[in-house]
Amino acid sequence: MAKYIVKRIALAIVTIWAVATLTFFLMNMVPGGPFLSEKAISPQATAALEAKYGLDKPLGEQYVTYITGALHGDFGDSLKQRGRTVADIIKMKFPVSAKIGGISVLISLILGVFLGSIAALKRGKFLDNFISVVSTLGIAVPSFVVCTLLMYFLGVKFRVLPTMGLLTWKHYIMPVAALSFYPTAYIMRLMRSSMLDVLGQDYMRTAKAKGLSGKAQLFKHALRNAILPVVTYVGPLLAYTVTGSFIVEKIFTIPGLGGEFIGAIQGRDYTLIMGTTIFLATLVIIMNVVVDIVYKIIDPRIKLK
Amino acid sequence: MKKNPLSFQVDLNPEDFLPATEEEKQSQVVMRESVSFWKDGFRRLKKNKVAMVSIVVIILVMIFSFIVPSFYPYSYDQQIKGANNLAPFTYSASEQAQIDAGESVFPHIFGTDKMGRDYAIRVMMGSRISLLVGLIATAIILVIGSIYGSIAAFFGGWVDLIMMRIVDIIYTVPDVLLIVLLSFALKAPLEGLAKRPGFGWVNTVGTNLISIFIVFALLYWVGMARMVRSQILMLKESEYVTAARALGVSNGKIIKKHLLTNCIGTLIVTTTLQIPSSIFTESFLSFLGMGVAVPLPSLGSLASDAINGIGTYPYLLFIPAVAISLIILSFNLLGDGLRDAFDPKLKN
Repeated sequence: MAKYIVKRIALAIVTIWAVATLTFFLMNMVPGGPFLSEKAISPQATAALEAKYGLDKPLGEQYVTYITGALHGDFGDSLKQRGRTVADIIKMKFPVSAKIGGISVLISLILGVFLGSIAALKRGKFLDNFISVVSTLGIAVPSFVVCTLLMYFLGVKFRVLPTMGLLTWKHYIMPVAALSFYPTAYIMRLMRSSMLDVLGQDYMRTAKAKGLSGKAQLFKHALRNAILPVVTYVGPLLAYTVTGSFIVEKIFTIPGLGGEFIGAIQGRDYTLIMGTTIFLATLVIIMNVVVDIVYKIIDPRIKLK
Repeated sequence: MKKNPLSFQVDLNPEDFLPATEEEKQSQVVMRESVSFWKDGFRRLKKNKVAMVSIVVIILVMIFSFIVPSFYPYSYDQQIKGANNLAPFTYSASEQAQIDAGESVFPHIFGTDKMGRDYAIRVMMGSRISLLVGLIATAIILVIGSIYGSIAAFFGGWVDLIMMRIVDIIYTVPDVLLIVLLSFALKAPLEGLAKRPGFGWVNTVGTNLISIFIVFALLYWVGMARMVRSQILMLKESEYVTAARALGVSNGKIIKKHLLTNCIGTLIVTTTLQIPSSIFTESFLSFLGMGVAVPLPSLGSLASDAINGIGTYPYLLFIPAVAISLIILSFNLLGDGLRDAFDPKLKN
């Protein structure tokens, strides 16, 4: 186990370095720059700004400076939001996105596993067909459609829920619902098919034959085995969701990391792009390792290599 | 000599040892007509009502998006004067005058948008663009993903390790970042290309659309590559691969003739399920404003344009939203049906 974790961390560092390098050079290869869009600025001022942030140096030197800084935990200042460091921005925006994302992943996990298992247990019955139809429809509707429909009916037409910001718990309902829509439907499908698979296994028959109660069969044997594919899906999902969805944040006017990231890309805020990319990549990789460890806990037969 | 009544000895004549005639041979054949892989799969598919309905829906959508626009009385970029923001089945003042004068005017089935363009034809053209993106991007993904995945799996060892690390890296970089950066990066070279003689079509298709294809080709094959790799890792241990190797068949030919043909079931299923996801991504890009170039519509850009006026003209959003959901839904259901038909191992 210890050897495995060390190996995974080493591999993770290499992957994050590769991601950072790829992003750095790709970002600089693309025409345009952070100070081009500000029209009122004079060429001298641009040059001065570029000199201040070291953008006038050769690319290789910039890269070495950045990576050395990043290794010391210094991700630099934002190029567009003067006077703020990248770390500050992430520290400020991430909790907002993480709260909505975390709640929505939790809801989709609970709902998806619950409904998916019910569908599998009632295979072929009305409830199963109903849940299958709902989940198939759920994965066919793009998230911006879900967002705008929610917004239109609940926010504009009937005025039941507030449409902007995150002041009270009522503000959370629509963004969380919009974010959980697709994952819930997907987890339902995943859970149903893996549950059906498990229910047909020999050990389920054995459990029944030795007289285990329905509850014990379901929770000790079926659920534990059937949840593995869901774990694989939820790990990376959590990483992507807590870092914020641009569309949901834009439509519901939420000051989160997702909107910040797209803004940074469109405005060529080089340091902010690098910071958020490294942050996201690290989260994704951590979640993948966590998934492997959770796997091992749920199913002790699995060997970590 | 008289035969002992208790003897088991059989009376035999020389005629009994004659070779069998063709007719006699035929009567011994118990084999029925052989069922090929495709025939077998399609037979199962035909029994699946949901899948057949989705095929019909897809064909209908294709007719509406590829054939109907060519003889539709309006075109997608034609701005009708005074016909801005018409509700469905209403007419502008001048059109009403024409109708009163006894002329026939084709109705605006879905109304018009704020520029006075007929919305029905725009939705049809939008479906055409979305379908094209879905189909072409998926074809690119299929080719690159299956070649990459099979090479990684077939050669194994170091080759596999390095190739799959590259896949991991592409997987980890946020795709929005790559899409935005690549589409900016590709813009200049594509515009340069469009100016050269013989490349005028680049402008008609739109540089954005072409860069979407290139971005898809560069990014989204990783899922397909992983899928193919896991299949081939399993298949390459089969006896027929060893046999082919012993006969001296070249590596390329083994991959092409033996390995890829044997995971055709998985390939079909992954491909059909990739089409809706490509359409999904394109609509997301159009929503961000990085999709197809104006005035060409896609379902995503139609929906995102309609969001600002949702309080007043909600049907402008509902129509493309329903269209996109319908297309994605039918491809998903068809994919499920194909999986049950061609890859029964994956069933449930």
